[in-house]
Amino acid sequence: MDFLHSILIKPFADMATAPDFLLQVLWEGTVSGTLYALIALGFVLIFKSSRIFNFAQGIMVVFAALTLVGLHENGVPALLAVPMTLAVMYVLAMSIERVVLRPLVNQPDIILFMATIGITLFLIGFGEIIFGGENKRMITEELMIPTGSFEFEPFGGFLLIEQKDVTAVVGAVILVLALLMFLNKSKMGRAIRALGDDHQAALSVGISLSTIWVLVWFIAGVVALVTGIAWGARAGVSFALEVIAYKALPVLMLGGLESVSGAIIGGLLIGILEKLFEIYWGQPLLGGNTETWFAYVFALFVLLFRPQGLFGEKIIERV
Amino acid sequence: MTASHASDPQPADTILAVNNIEVIYDHVILVLKGVSLSVPRGGITALLGANGAGKTTTLKAISNLLRAERGEVTKGNIVFEGEQVQALSPNELVRRGCIQVMEGRHCFGHLSIEDNLLTGAFTRRDGNAAIREDLDLVYQYFPRLKVRRQSQAGYTSGGEQQMTAIGRALMSRPKMILLDEPSMGLAPQLVEEIFEIVKKLNEEQGVSFLLAEQNTNIALRYAKYGYILESGRIVLDGEAQALRENEDVKEFYLGVGGEGRRSFKDVKHYKRRKRWLA
Ligand SMILES: Nc1ncnc2c1ncn2[C@@H]1O[C@H](COP(=O)(O)OP(=O)(O)OP(=O)(O)O)[C@@H](O)[C@H]1O
Ligand SMILES: [Mg+2]
Repeated sequence: MDFLHSILIKPFADMATAPDFLLQVLWEGTVSGTLYALIALGFVLIFKSSRIFNFAQGIMVVFAALTLVGLHENGVPALLAVPMTLAVMYVLAMSIERVVLRPLVNQPDIILFMATIGITLFLIGFGEIIFGGENKRMITEELMIPTGSFEFEPFGGFLLIEQKDVTAVVGAVILVLALLMFLNKSKMGRAIRALGDDHQAALSVGISLSTIWVLVWFIAGVVALVTGIAWGARAGVSFALEVIAYKALPVLMLGGLESVSGAIIGGLLIGILEKLFEIYWGQPLLGGNTETWFAYVFALFVLLFRPQGLFGEKIIERV
Repeated sequence: MTASHASDPQPADTILAVNNIEVIYDHVILVLKGVSLSVPRGGITALLGANGAGKTTTLKAISNLLRAERGEVTKGNIVFEGEQVQALSPNELVRRGCIQVMEGRHCFGHLSIEDNLLTGAFTRRDGNAAIREDLDLVYQYFPRLKVRRQSQAGYTSGGEQQMTAIGRALMSRPKMILLDEPSMGLAPQLVEEIFEIVKKLNEEQGVSFLLAEQNTNIALRYAKYGYILESGRIVLDGEAQALRENEDVKEFYLGVGGEGRRSFKDVKHYKRRKRWLA
């Protein structure tokens, strides 16, 4: 009875008795959730347009953040280092298309997936040679990201919201909206969606695979940079940042590899649920540290009941 | 071989010439065994033949879509507007005015009809205003698409999808459309409607057509010239009128043979070949 009580009743009682703390937990969850959503979106765009599951997404976050910090260490002003990092990500996208994707174009998907593991290992090695392996500080202030905090007293309690987290959420939301606009309204966005629907037909109307692939890998690079700045501002910049991409995997299991809205909603959902679970169930009952695995278990659980994922794109069957 | 063909002077009114091509899939499966044909500028030419004869393969060899299916042109050459096409990507070929409408329509199912049409303008560099104008033009030819322009293509009817596929190709401002089995799975009345539009596009927009069809009857009514393909070889060609009156074509493709209707399958392969080649 005690056990059931501690699972089914006590957590909710805790939430009700300290609603200010619940708000704090929800906010923290939202912050990581928006970043998961962003990363998942990077995955989805690449998968939609090339059927490649991009294992290198995580290391791209590290690589982008390290490039930014490294440039600044070498005397480049922070606000100039950002466009320069973007240029580096563009060159990276072009090189990956030319050196890896184009030669492998007719190979089975699994070969391409393995090639992205190769890209990951290469970027780790290459990154260590250039930037060294030690932990670095994100140049948060230099980028004019406010580092103070807002304090509120909801329900007579206390709520602390860091300004850099607000910046991260606002930045991520803007980027997501911009990507949605781009996908739905622009010529290139339309071509990416077309490629996702019917590869052959896209080729037949003259959509150029190389152009689109460079583009989606560059978008993945932009996403990586924004995530790297936001996450680096909280946790520092090191190769450990890579794990944030593995947080996006359960998002994809939930949202579907091809669904843009799935990535967004799934990211937020997992961000929030894993925080709630950690605080109200994980720490009191399991000794904490549940955030590393909760998302996967949750995604598996959902897939048991909805094999197509939460928002899997409807497959239109019609001849 | 290649050299001798390249130096052949193309008649000025030929938009497309296929010279004795051989196509192999997966490095081993020989599908086209020396196919030659040509399409005059402003013409409608039919490529006829039964299932598996190699019509689609021929069209894909021209549009360079074969590579994506591990197919390869191993002999002969293809000349579009005086230029060898083998070295070009599909993208470059569409830009030069040669576009394929694939068998089975292949609309982008999750995109709206209008977005489908707009994807056809991917290779164009002449600005949004010109593209909008052509969109209106496509809607004039296919008023039904205008009504349904916001619908997801995946949920529209087969006829509407065929119109979308043709309209999408038109958006690239083609000089030549390779049209693969437009009649497939459509009611006779709709087939007629589609072919009428093909004819109009040919006459009013000057688009040349190479038309792969199993429906010999209708194809020969709209085409000026026809080729009959069988097991990867051209076995007969001629003016559409002449083909319609040819006894063998009547018997095996139009189903109006001497002793009443007879199934194509009933007749031994070698016998037909012999009679045509004789
Ligand atoms: N990708 C491929 N790999 C291997 N063989 C293929 C491939 N595509 C087609 N073939 C073979 O090539 C031959 C010709 O096929 P093709 O599709 O060109 O015929 P078709 O005349 O268009 O027939 P249909 O009227 O049925 O469309 C067939 O025997 C087919 O099995
Ligand atoms: Mg075919």
